[in-house]
Amino acid sequence: MSGLPFEQVLEQLGPVAQEAAVAHGVLGFLIEPARLLEVVHTLKDPFAFDMFVDVTAVDWPEREPRFDVVWHFYSTRHFARVRIKTRVPLADPTVDTLVPFYGSARFMERECHEMYGIRFRGNDDLRPILLYEGFEGHPLRRDYPKQKEQPLVPYRDVKP
Amino acid sequence: MSTPLTTLPNPIRPAFEQGSTPGSVIVNIGPSHPATHGTIQIVAELSGERVIRTDVHCGYLHRGFEKECESHTWHNLIPYVDRLNYCSALINDFAYCEAVEKLMGIELTPRAKYLRTLLAEYSRIADHLTCIAAALMELGAMTAFLYLVTIRDYIYEHLADLTGARVTYSYGRIGGLARDLPEGWLQRLGEILDQMDTFTGRVHGLVDRNRIFIDRMRNVGVISTADAINWGFTGPVLRSTGAPRDLRKDTPYLAYAELDFEVPVGIKGDNYDRYYVRMREIDESAHMIRQLMEMLPAGPVCVDDRRCTFPDKQLVYTEIESLINHFKLVMEGPQVPPGEVYSAHEGANGELGFYIVSVGGGVPWKVHCRSPSFVHMGGVHKMLDGYQLADIVPTFGSVNMIGGECDR
Repeated sequence: MSGLPFEQVLEQLGPVAQEAAVAHGVLGFLIEPARLLEVVHTLKDPFAFDMFVDVTAVDWPEREPRFDVVWHFYSTRHFARVRIKTRVPLADPTVDTLVPFYGSARFMERECHEMYGIRFRGNDDLRPILLYEGFEGHPLRRDYPKQKEQPLVPYRDVKP
Repeated sequence: MSTPLTTLPNPIRPAFEQGSTPGSVIVNIGPSHPATHGTIQIVAELSGERVIRTDVHCGYLHRGFEKECESHTWHNLIPYVDRLNYCSALINDFAYCEAVEKLMGIELTPRAKYLRTLLAEYSRIADHLTCIAAALMELGAMTAFLYLVTIRDYIYEHLADLTGARVTYSYGRIGGLARDLPEGWLQRLGEILDQMDTFTGRVHGLVDRNRIFIDRMRNVGVISTADAINWGFTGPVLRSTGAPRDLRKDTPYLAYAELDFEVPVGIKGDNYDRYYVRMREIDESAHMIRQLMEMLPAGPVCVDDRRCTFPDKQLVYTEIESLINHFKLVMEGPQVPPGEVYSAHEGANGELGFYIVSVGGGVPWKVHCRSPSFVHMGGVHKMLDGYQLADIVPTFGSVNMIGGECDR
């Protein structure tokens, strides 16, 4: 596990990376949404974070801006992990898409979009993936009631 | 009167409804089809028998796993994570438990650490056996299917002796394991591994140099290492392209750093390579299990930590502190300090990660599962496009999409 490029990454990014810390083997930091593409570009080349592991969001209803968008990257060369986080408000939950950098972002951004309503600017395919066409709301937001039902095929009336 | 089918809304919106070339047709395969090996829907444009492009839809097994996680205690989630990859449920258990243990700062007892490693490898064998058996059966190789599923059933019965269930075990615990091994379990384990060597040897003899098998598998569903990494492929699919990337080797967890094993790789990332990589991984897992049987230390299987481990039943009935401890663990759940963690294990299909966020207390704020099958479905069209319609079946089988894990 020696030779992790964490210090060099932080040095290169400078003040763009806020609240940087290494916890449980993952370098995590917070960025402004507008800096995303530039940061990911730096991570992918020269630091060889070539695998897009995951994107998801965390909902903090009491906080403004309300959502954390969280990306995880892995380097198949350095065996190191990086977590990028950014904050977006409910009024405009938009971040840039990473599809031009990583093909795998396509499906995972679709999931994050339908579950939290995060819009990925530039991803032209944000159709529902786990949910169905016409589903209303974003079920992983904290204010979506767990018991709410939206049957696609209406329930049949069963006569006693 | 039943509702006429035409009035039902379409749950999906296909990426294309018109053919791109004259004479092409668009067909729908799945989500419930005898050859689709899971609830998956593929909208394919065909020119004759050749697949021009595909649009893969999943979600038919979506059951709100992550939403449900937000209203149960950390312990109560263990049966849920079992149902992600139900072919190797123990790996899910251990990956999830380890993520919570990292947040709580718990170090496993030596026996729990080695036992978890052993059981994870045992589960990996069961998963690979299932995948290869199903893929071979879909090509008509019924004998090979029966050989492999026989061994898988021995494993299921054997795990039922340990955990009480054949498929979904709920055997992991935060801080350890549900119970220790029963009498004679390791001896039976050795017998099953020996029988497995015989049976996988027969399967090698039946299919490895079989003309029909090679024609269906070699040079079909080819993917390069660069493409595989770009599309987020991990596990046997990535290794079949020739990249020796394995989290057990690269970022060792549990007891993997102390084990002697190889990372098998393929040559060109086609179906044959994926078959062969899985077969070789079964051998490596058996090799690891035999080492672990020798290394297994004595001692407790749970840490002595009142935040997560249930007190001894005898004490619950005889002293008030243990009774309250038990009560608090059931009613409020283990108290996990605030924080976030991403923890990844090498699942049977690839990187199985859990990203969990805690705000303190007994219930998670968020549990997100990074499932390899879902990510694989995002890139599987790279392996389907350009090949024959009939090739979808073996290619799809060799990726081993598990609906429970893909759709969550």
